[in-house]
Amino acid sequence: MADLVERTPCKGLLPLEIGHAVVREARIGRMTVIAPFKGQQARVAQILKSAHGVAFPEPNRSSEAGGCRVIWFARGQIMLVGEDPDPGLKTHAALTDQSDAWAVVTLEGAAAEDVLARLVPVDLRAAAFKTGQTLRSQLQHMNASITRIGATCFQIMVFRSMAATLVHDLRSAMEGVAARG
Amino acid sequence: MRITCPICGERDRREFYYQGDAVALRRPAPDAGEAAWEDYLHLRENPAGTTRDLWYHEAGCGAWLVVTRDTVTHAVQAVALAGDGSAEGGS
Amino acid sequence: MRVEGRGLIDRARPVRFTFDGVPHGGFAGDTLASALLANGVRMHGRSFKYHRPRGVLTAGSEEPNALVTIGTGPGAEPNVRATMQELHDGLAARSQNCWPSLRHDIMAVNDLAAPFLGAGFYYKTFMWPRTFWEKLYEPLIRKAAGLGALSGAANRDRYEKAHAFCDLLVIGAGPAGLMAALTAARAGADVILADEGFRAGGRLTGETEEIDGKPGHVWAEDVVAELDAMPNVRIMLRTTVTGAYDQGTYAALERVGRHLAARPDALPLETFWRIVARRAILAAGAIERPVAFRNNDRPGIMTAGAVRTYLNRWGVVPGHRVAVFGNNDDAHRTVRDLTAAGAHVVALVDSRHDAPDVAGVRMFRGAMVSDTRGRRGLESITIRSVSGEDHLAVDCLAMSGGWNPTLHLTCHTNARPLWRENILAFVPVPGAVPGLSAAGACNGAFATADCLREGRDAAGAVLVDLGHAVPQGTLPRASDDAGRLAPLWAVPARGRAWLDFQNDVTVKDVRQAAQENFRSVEHMKRYTTQGMATDQGKNSNVAALAILADVTGRTIPETGTTTFRPPYSPVPIAAMGAGGQGKGFAPERFTTSHAASVERGAPMIEAGLWYRPSYFPEAGETNWRQSCDREVALVREAVGICDVSTLGKIDLQGPDVPAFLDLLYANRFSTLKVGRVRYGLMLREDGHVMDDGTTARLGEHHYLMTTTTAAAGQVMRHLEFVHQCLCPGLDVAFTSVTEQWAQFAVAGPESRALLNELLDAPLSDAVWPFMACGAVSVKGVAGRLFRISFSGEHAYEIAVPARYGASLFRLLLSLAETRGGGAYGMEALNVLRIEKGHITHAEIHGRTTADDIGMGRMVSPAKDCIGKTMSERPGLSGPEREQLVGLRPVGDVKKLTAGAHLFDPDDEAVRVNGKGYVTSVCYSPTLGQMLALGFLKNGRARHGQRVRAVDHLRDLETLCEVVDPVFFDPEGERVRG
Repeated sequence: MADLVERTPCKGLLPLEIGHAVVREARIGRMTVIAPFKGQQARVAQILKSAHGVAFPEPNRSSEAGGCRVIWFARGQIMLVGEDPDPGLKTHAALTDQSDAWAVVTLEGAAAEDVLARLVPVDLRAAAFKTGQTLRSQLQHMNASITRIGATCFQIMVFRSMAATLVHDLRSAMEGVAARG
Repeated sequence: MRITCPICGERDRREFYYQGDAVALRRPAPDAGEAAWEDYLHLRENPAGTTRDLWYHEAGCGAWLVVTRDTVTHAVQAVALAGDGSAEGGS
Repeated sequence: MRVEGRGLIDRARPVRFTFDGVPHGGFAGDTLASALLANGVRMHGRSFKYHRPRGVLTAGSEEPNALVTIGTGPGAEPNVRATMQELHDGLAARSQNCWPSLRHDIMAVNDLAAPFLGAGFYYKTFMWPRTFWEKLYEPLIRKAAGLGALSGAANRDRYEKAHAFCDLLVIGAGPAGLMAALTAARAGADVILADEGFRAGGRLTGETEEIDGKPGHVWAEDVVAELDAMPNVRIMLRTTVTGAYDQGTYAALERVGRHLAARPDALPLETFWRIVARRAILAAGAIERPVAFRNNDRPGIMTAGAVRTYLNRWGVVPGHRVAVFGNNDDAHRTVRDLTAAGAHVVALVDSRHDAPDVAGVRMFRGAMVSDTRGRRGLESITIRSVSGEDHLAVDCLAMSGGWNPTLHLTCHTNARPLWRENILAFVPVPGAVPGLSAAGACNGAFATADCLREGRDAAGAVLVDLGHAVPQGTLPRASDDAGRLAPLWAVPARGRAWLDFQNDVTVKDVRQAAQENFRSVEHMKRYTTQGMATDQGKNSNVAALAILADVTGRTIPETGTTTFRPPYSPVPIAAMGAGGQGKGFAPERFTTSHAASVERGAPMIEAGLWYRPSYFPEAGETNWRQSCDREVALVREAVGICDVSTLGKIDLQGPDVPAFLDLLYANRFSTLKVGRVRYGLMLREDGHVMDDGTTARLGEHHYLMTTTTAAAGQVMRHLEFVHQCLCPGLDVAFTSVTEQWAQFAVAGPESRALLNELLDAPLSDAVWPFMACGAVSVKGVAGRLFRISFSGEHAYEIAVPARYGASLFRLLLSLAETRGGGAYGMEALNVLRIEKGHITHAEIHGRTTADDIGMGRMVSPAKDCIGKTMSERPGLSGPEREQLVGLRPVGDVKKLTAGAHLFDPDDEAVRVNGKGYVTSVCYSPTLGQMLALGFLKNGRARHGQRVRAVDHLRDLETLCEVVDPVFFDPEGERVRG
């Protein structure tokens, strides 16, 4: 009997390049939501630093070390990306595997800020939203996590089930921006 | 309308879900009696002036907030996290 | 006609366009209005009510008359102001509100009937008989009224919305706005400069005056060039700021594609901006007001400033013999500019006896224009003075009654403006909109030097506020002549003198309104329609107020103004709703099995934002019932597969989760054993049912809650509320894992056998009894298994990480099919649950209590829970309530419909006799008849009795027996078997 086959959330939908912007599916590996139990945040931060080399992020910030990134994700939650969580974290925080829960893409290019200005009701220009900054907001009608991971590059996450809508909405905005020349 | 979430910063109203009077924070004891429960659930002031409402930052960090605002001028006077104790008291 | 050597148009770039099908020529830089005037076309449309010939009155967005339809087909745009439409090759404009043609308009007969069509005529005329209103009057009025019409077809044009942020938003790029933007930008502030025109400069583009020794428009171009080169400045031309909202939010409409002859497909016609500005400066200028005199609405009569603008900006003199009429010095500029351009100015009529001299023109001091003639355009005017009447042949009359500051935005958050006597106009009240200040003409400063100074000073104050250093510098040199004026609102005379050109409101209408006691300005507006529709009285409001003040014996400030509301100028709904068309309306949520379901021909139905298969048609099946019946049977007899991933799943961890769940649920979860699942009922605090679902205990401090698909978001919000607001001390952490897991129901007598082919370790009843849960290995993949059942059969739900969902679904289907089973959809799922009396949100619809659905005893007496106290109130339980029952037809009529109401057999089927209603129905292939669930007063005590189900909407009446809601396998043997 056949084995189970993996399928990524954006399979068949990406890449997409229009004008000065390109969207690609990001294969960022393991995603774990970490929610420290009461009074345990300092301990969680210690383990993150020693085991993963990353600092516990303040709200709206992310940090990165090697192949590991940790993103502030919600009130009381951060997301560890790219590595399996250290087993020592388990006694101090709720760990929830979300590796399959999110469609993750990068939007890159000179037009990226203009594209997001059509979809996200927050100032994402470089002066207000620097590399490493992250936020939770809406992209069109979808709850999203958006992180600036480069001078002209954003990582965007929405629910896996909404991957097609994410691509649809990005495409519309990219076409509108590109048509202005 | 814009609300400054203590966690996320200033955001457009569309990111927030509106719940109603912050009296919902003060749940009566199960045996507090009918009058206390009716007051808690159903009786609301409709002030021309300062009001304290619960808002949920549904499209943001997921925090419940107590927003103090003026229904006449629409000024937002204060925003506090509902859960950290700083928003308790008052009416 | 065009004047050589004048105007800011590009004469090297001719443009071809048509008006009512007639080809014309213009130049790049023209508007439709300037090009039509240059071609001698004076008549642009017919008026709203009297269908009077009308021509262009103004040169800006306040234009009330020259409204045209641009384009054809679904995207044809009605009510475009010809003064705002940039000319481009191929532009096709059509006149409106006339039939069969602009010259010969049948409805012009209304003008003859004018004595009967005054203010409020239809309130009085179309009152009786009452039934005529809907059948006759309203359709007739609707047909006759209105301006342009939409095509009625779906518009496929693109619109766009966008967000922008800045330190300072400057609204208007005239002298005040340019100076403000320049001051702030040089200090390093992040500036947006927005102007509704396609060229910056404001009135400087229409005047001949100089700034710093150069023509005003050149100074403006120089400033724009400097601003354009600065990275902290965004110049948004063709962008009208249409509204001021709370906390520094402004709406703005940018015309992106309307001025282009060749428009890329993806280019939006317009972009609706939401601009969030820490501070804003309104520098919107002023609008000239007409004077009301008899027949002041003929084509060829326009405001004096507009005549100057057509001359200076577009090189067009709109007549061969021009007269100027006004009450102020500003109107004299029109005489001087026209004379300098070689145009023939036949008279200057100034209502003031002390009006200063103007060289080279025949002057009438202390005189007024009292009437005009000319059927399709102005031919002559009558001038009345102490010395008698003069009649002059003119084809253009430039009029000026002074200027009104464009203060609308300052009133959008409910502030009222202040009256300033020296300019006879309203000015903004300071602080009207927090963070917004006014500068220049919109603030009542009419001299150019004052505009520059106010613009600089307003920006300086903003810079101080925002912590920037204020740059030093001298102001550019400019005229400090603000001009003088004397009151003149209406020239006393018989006949009709227009105030509001767009709505055909005359001085007489306002007087009549006052006489009929509509003395409040808001009542007068609604009675006469003065100040309504697209121009919102920009030209006419103050004059109408002045008339009303006069009639009612009050001052103008006592009379007050009507309320200015957003938008300042019309915004298409398509622009406001941009991005929401088609698939942009709402996100589509697709399960991992979506593609496989669609491949199998399943019609997908919406469940919240999710798409779920309705049924899976097989060859030979011609309607949904055949498929549904087959799918029900295969679950009852073999094994069915259904994607249940859409149900909400919330992962809860922490030492206090048991206590948290005991508070959330009516029943207990702290007593649930690890590795077991329990059905839970969640109440709202008011004692009614919120949601239901199963919750599994995966570990000592680890639970997995399931919600219904529809209520997943609501339940998550509720959990956050209860935790953050009511018991923040509990040590719990929870997060949605709905998207992480693909979950499939495997239901039917063959389900265990099927799973044993798939799982790496076999299942047995000993280890996996009903309501067991735990980890399993699926082809080497770590999954979860729950032995739960919505169908009432021996069933499981199997979950794997979503990346394997599509693959697992296909695998499950192929395994099921070898056992005579297959996929089942929502229709079969619904039948299966009704047969078992399982509830959905059709039953827990927000008005039912635990007792109503027969679960009263689930509300644990031994602990508190959300909703417990209120659920114990009298009236929320007991025989007076409508209780969940099953219904089956026992008479000749075998059909049942959801929504039918229940009546006792001998009662008349009217509302007062209602005993309940039907919530869910299905045809049960298992039992061979229709079944229904519903609520019946004291229903649990009425099993075995008969009721009538009456559906008045569908004209159906069914005699039913009341039965237990569990129709099939009431002992639950199959689920444990």
